[in-house]
Amino acid sequence: MQFMLLFSRQGKLRLQKWYVPLSDKEKKKITRELVQTVLARKPKMCSFLEWRDLKIVYKRYASLYFCCAIEDQDNELITLEIIHRYVELLDKYFGSVCELDIIFNFEKAYFILDEFLLGGEAQETSKKNVLKAIEQADLLQENNNTSCSMGLLLS
Amino acid sequence: HLPSLRVQVLIRTIRTARTQAEEREMIQKECAAIRSSFREEDNTYRCRNVAKLLYMHMLGYPAHFGQLECLKLIASQKFTDKRIGYLGAMLLLDERQDVHLLMTNCIKNDLNHSTQYVQGLSLCTLGCMGSSEMCRDLAGEVEKLLKTSNSYLRKKAALCAVHVIRKVPELMEMFLPATKNLLSEKNHGVLHTSVVLLTEMCERSPDMLSHFRKLVPQLVRILKNLIMSGYSPEHDVSGISDPFLQVRILRLLRILGKGDDDSSEAMNDILAQVATNTETSKNVGNAILYETVLTIMDIKSESGLRVLAINILGRFLLNNDKNIRYVALTSLLKTVQTDHNAVQRHRSTIVDCLKDLDVSIKRRAMELSFALVNGNNIRGMMKELLYFLDSCDPDFKADCASGIFLAAEKYAPSKRWHIDTVMRVLTTAGSYVRDDSVPNLIQLITNSVEMHAYTVQRLYKALLDDISQQPLVQVASWCIGEYGDLLVSGQCEEEEPIQVSEDEVLDVLEGLLVSNLSTPVTRAYSLTAIMKLSTRFSSVNRIKKVVSIYGSSIDVELQQRAVEYNALFKKYDHMRPALLERMPIMEKTATNGPTDIAQTNGETDSTILDTKHLPSITQPARRCNYHICFCLAGIPPMTAYNKNGLKIEFTFERSNPSPNIAVITIHATNSTEADMTEFVFQAAVPKTFQLQLLSPSSNVVPALNQGSVTQVIRVLNPQKQQLRMRIKLTYTHKGSPVQDLAEVNNFPPQSWQ
Repeated sequence: MQFMLLFSRQGKLRLQKWYVPLSDKEKKKITRELVQTVLARKPKMCSFLEWRDLKIVYKRYASLYFCCAIEDQDNELITLEIIHRYVELLDKYFGSVCELDIIFNFEKAYFILDEFLLGGEAQETSKKNVLKAIEQADLLQENNNTSCSMGLLLS
Repeated sequence: HLPSLRVQVLIRTIRTARTQAEEREMIQKECAAIRSSFREEDNTYRCRNVAKLLYMHMLGYPAHFGQLECLKLIASQKFTDKRIGYLGAMLLLDERQDVHLLMTNCIKNDLNHSTQYVQGLSLCTLGCMGSSEMCRDLAGEVEKLLKTSNSYLRKKAALCAVHVIRKVPELMEMFLPATKNLLSEKNHGVLHTSVVLLTEMCERSPDMLSHFRKLVPQLVRILKNLIMSGYSPEHDVSGISDPFLQVRILRLLRILGKGDDDSSEAMNDILAQVATNTETSKNVGNAILYETVLTIMDIKSESGLRVLAINILGRFLLNNDKNIRYVALTSLLKTVQTDHNAVQRHRSTIVDCLKDLDVSIKRRAMELSFALVNGNNIRGMMKELLYFLDSCDPDFKADCASGIFLAAEKYAPSKRWHIDTVMRVLTTAGSYVRDDSVPNLIQLITNSVEMHAYTVQRLYKALLDDISQQPLVQVASWCIGEYGDLLVSGQCEEEEPIQVSEDEVLDVLEGLLVSNLSTPVTRAYSLTAIMKLSTRFSSVNRIKKVVSIYGSSIDVELQQRAVEYNALFKKYDHMRPALLERMPIMEKTATNGPTDIAQTNGETDSTILDTKHLPSITQPARRCNYHICFCLAGIPPMTAYNKNGLKIEFTFERSNPSPNIAVITIHATNSTEADMTEFVFQAAVPKTFQLQLLSPSSNVVPALNQGSVTQVIRVLNPQKQQLRMRIKLTYTHKGSPVQDLAEVNNFPPQSWQ
């Protein structure tokens, strides 16, 4: 996977994970163009499209579009499963996740993604294990902070 | 100073902004506060401030002043700080910044941290955006972690190693020992990432590939266990056990089995098993089937297995899920060359996909349809494709039209059918047809001698209906110019000949000249056509009148032609019949035919009817049709060279609008009995001139004056000095190379004065 973008139906970016080195300017350009292209798709169209030399896999969950750019040899159908797995993880973590959860807790969304994918590939295929790791890390964060009453700092 | 806002409070505040300007103001205010906090080296709130900055960055605002702060957070001992610091680094830094390298030491320390979650953070960051230098520095640490028994770290190290190898391929060797027992792991996370690592290594190095072929039995066993094992809640997705791992194993098997008989045989059974036993009701099962099909098609599988794979794709085509249909068409397109007959069996389903609502599916169905056209199915397929052309999106029309022309040319069952098909395309999609189709169609029509009368009649009738589609109009004008005599004499045999008079025909052509719908190119075609009719029709006076009117046209091209045609009437009337004579059958000069079928393991990407490659006629046709006037500028031609059977004549035109440029066309002819091949004409002029040599019509001067090589020279002569030229000729004659130099000094004064 080269990158994953999450954006709303109004085209507002909610998460951007880049697995290839690009300048901020290039990222902005790609994001703008791709968001426009995906939002222009009609509901009857399939989840795949060719864009530049990449394959784009996207799926809408409620008000959020999950959009991945994969390479030629990557399997589009399993990428849909990857997206679905990520949504399931968010859902389990936040309890019936909605877009607002991702807006107000964007760093958590990234932490979860980073326990599921690494360098664009799945590092863990068990839902349980990903959630367990996040849980432990959250605990570590709490313990670290309560020791010097800085619990209010981040939350 | 004001207490630092909590992150969520800031987010809520920013979201209340009603305009972009309001938002920008809030952001600027908060950024200013954050900047002062950074300047004061406030450790307490640094984490919170960077988090806020990351939110604002996502909204599109600059956050570069937070880069160094991320490094400070990473260096902190607090886990919270590190978590946000690494996240910030991944979002704000990339390998282009020097700051990036400062992370190296922190990452090195954290890779060896006592807490695995800290190690995890650093592995993740390195594996996501580590530069080549960082990878070089830290590869050793990653390799160490690849050998740990801690599966949480081991799986991350494997993917980190993949990144290192991508950045610094030479380091691949050092990871080899650590791969030794990766596949013996029970942990699925480690297995999955290990397979990814092995895949990367095999793709990059043929040596690694041979080395890892011995893993095939082990991979087959793991896959078999996944399929046969009972329900495993941890890895189950809709009744399938760890589909992610299954797909990656299938992909690795594909790479290992490709081109290798033994490996391919060893995986034959498991592939058949997966292909027949996988549940197809949900996307996840189909994802596995899809990967299986790709593997079967790429390795050296038995024919039975290949047919099984194609049939799976055939079933995919009938699936309600459009994603599955899309994937099927893509795969079929890849295999249509090597497994042509098997794919042919699904032709009708593929053709049905032309009616699909999804644009990508339609496009693939179209490409695949063209690939499946052959001599046996041409009539049926063409019916479907023409129907598709009628109703498809404008985006498709150009490609579809080109594809139809190509297919018709290859497989037309009769000349009549061919002309009818071309007519159908021109009348239904005439404005989308590519410009280069026009000369091709002209050549086709010229060479279909027995169809001339029929063709010109049909084209004439099409013009009566509609003159807006330029390619149609251009071909029609040309045809009428050539065969107008057949039209008025009612010689059509194929259908009822129409009754039309010379004046009616000239009305139509003149109508094109004045219509707003006609482009300049079209007008040029129609003027030339009118001129040609002067030797085919009796209404010469009418034609003379038209031609003289356009002598003062503001369109330069049109004006030039009209002036030349006028001159043809006035001064060179004796040459007119010869110049405007019927075009002979044309030989194709360029051969951009369809790409060859490569008999390899499905590696070819191009379809048999690659719609981008059309055979094209080059200069001779162009010259004959557009500029029948090489001696009409009033400057007499000259012989520049005449030796050993090679004669080179120069003819002149003044280039409008620049009278300082003399346009010279060289005509090389060969009176000997052997062709002169590899003919190259070169010229040099004195310093005060500038010379431009355009491409020659060909490199072969045919024997016995059977043809000529022409080439255009443009000479800029701003000081109006006497034109002189040195020419160099090289060619091969009767097997021997010939070279000669000559001075050309006999230029007529009118060519440079």
